[in-house]
Amino acid sequence: MNASSNLIDALFIFVLAGFIGFEVIRRVSPLLHTPLMSLTNALDAIAVVGAIVLVGEHKSTRAAVFGFIAVVAATSNIVGGFLITDRMLKMFKSSRPAKPADKSVGQ
Amino acid sequence: MTAEFAGGQVAIEVLYLIASVLFILSLKWMSSPTTARHGIWAGEIGMLLAVCGTLLHHGIVDYKLIGIALVLGSIIGVPLGKVAMTAVPQRTALSHAFGALCVTMVGSAEFYLRSPNISPFMMSVLSVEVILGGLTVTGSLMAAGKLQEILPQRPLTYKGQNFVNFALLACAVVIAVHLILHPEAQSLFPFMILIALAFGVLLIIPIGGADMPTVISLLNAYAGLSAAAMGFVLDSKLLIIAGALDGSSGLILSIIMSKAMNRSFTNVLFGAFGQVQTSAAAGEEARTVRSATPEEAAVILSGANRVIVVPGYGMAVAQAQHKVRELYDALSKRGVDVRFAIHPVAGRMPGHMNVLLAEANIPYDRLVEMDEINGDFPQTDVALVIGANDVTNPAARTDASSPIYGMPILDVDKAHTVMVIKRSMNPGFAGIDNPLYYLDNTLMLFGDAKAFVGNIVRELGGGHG
Repeated sequence: MNASSNLIDALFIFVLAGFIGFEVIRRVSPLLHTPLMSLTNALDAIAVVGAIVLVGEHKSTRAAVFGFIAVVAATSNIVGGFLITDRMLKMFKSSRPAKPADKSVGQ
Repeated sequence: MTAEFAGGQVAIEVLYLIASVLFILSLKWMSSPTTARHGIWAGEIGMLLAVCGTLLHHGIVDYKLIGIALVLGSIIGVPLGKVAMTAVPQRTALSHAFGALCVTMVGSAEFYLRSPNISPFMMSVLSVEVILGGLTVTGSLMAAGKLQEILPQRPLTYKGQNFVNFALLACAVVIAVHLILHPEAQSLFPFMILIALAFGVLLIIPIGGADMPTVISLLNAYAGLSAAAMGFVLDSKLLIIAGALDGSSGLILSIIMSKAMNRSFTNVLFGAFGQVQTSAAAGEEARTVRSATPEEAAVILSGANRVIVVPGYGMAVAQAQHKVRELYDALSKRGVDVRFAIHPVAGRMPGHMNVLLAEANIPYDRLVEMDEINGDFPQTDVALVIGANDVTNPAARTDASSPIYGMPILDVDKAHTVMVIKRSMNPGFAGIDNPLYYLDNTLMLFGDAKAFVGNIVRELGGGHG
């Protein structure tokens, strides 16, 4: 596999994922735009995978230090983002009688 | 490459694929409040799989440092997940900054690891990654500072501002082009980052509070796009997908927000709203307004059949949402139909009002979007405006000389009676006079939103104490 075919693959993925994003997010109720933003923020922090590799491979001190900062920043987004999204969504209640059994696990 | 080694790589890629699917499902389930919480589980599981998969990566030798970083990040993240709902806009801005910081750091580290063996294409995406990332870091910090009121919320403008901004950006692009041609010029790289950081600061300086919903959305899009660029650099399909999802989410929200203000992105970013209006407000003869006391307001409200409450940023500032909930209860008990009209740009970020009202336990099916509720105002007895201003300004429909002409508004003036809770007659944040206040069917309720609503509730015989 050469570099240019990798690049083309990546572009395909980017464009298609962008389309999926548009179609999926267009349907999100404006009611939930704030939790949507905190959720996408948490998901975006998947950038942590790149940072973890930098820290773990320890190819240079600079790379490890930069990676360390990156892991800390991204992890705080993952933890904080999921926590607050969950808190917000818990608050949205309908005036119709709620189903008594909330099947949520944990917490 | 041994078979076992390749097998491990395949396993990691499969985990990433599952994570990508879960991320997309997570966003799909956000379409409705009834399924939204499944979306969080999907996102969390996807994240967990991806992180575990990454830890299996063959080259990783130093697990201790990763562990420390993960723990440290969690320690910072937990309080950020527990902030008060009123602080959600600045928290969101701060998390854009953190996300972009991660991307910028990784991009910089990759540059130094790979230079000078960087292909022109790779250097181009890397430049996009760190320039977008860098300006998002400082831009988001500035936005968070303005929202937290550490920094002045008024737009700061000076002559030649746009020229300075464009010139700075052009410098960054010139350096990027040079690095694309000569990736061995390591000493130039920090300057590119510094310029991007400075550009982020200058970009947000002229932004006023009322433009924050658009700007936060735009910063969200930048953070996503920079993460997607990072995916190209690291050849990580998962990152490209997550970045593209986040980027398109931010872009859609920005489009919705700027449409709701009848403005273009460039106008939001380079228009500096606060400086043009003075002529529109001045020079009018003294017009009279009618005001009312809490007792009078309570009498009118209890005699109504249909009431629509229009909340705005002022409600958030006064922390009045819980008193509003008491008012909702007191009126509902009397058989009054109470609904809430939510303008897309009410508040400081997309959906801000919905979150505050949901926090106060107001059922979400009572919160109605602008397009859905606007036709109902003529059949509404009372429209009660709490801390909203420009989004109710009828000049947007009628006065072509108004700076907000053409902006879609809530047609509160068509209700039989309009009541506006407002501190004083000072014009709103954007400094635009609101003719709504001088209409014959408008009653001004002067006072602090929280105290005033509380007094109405007391008159209605509800509430606590």
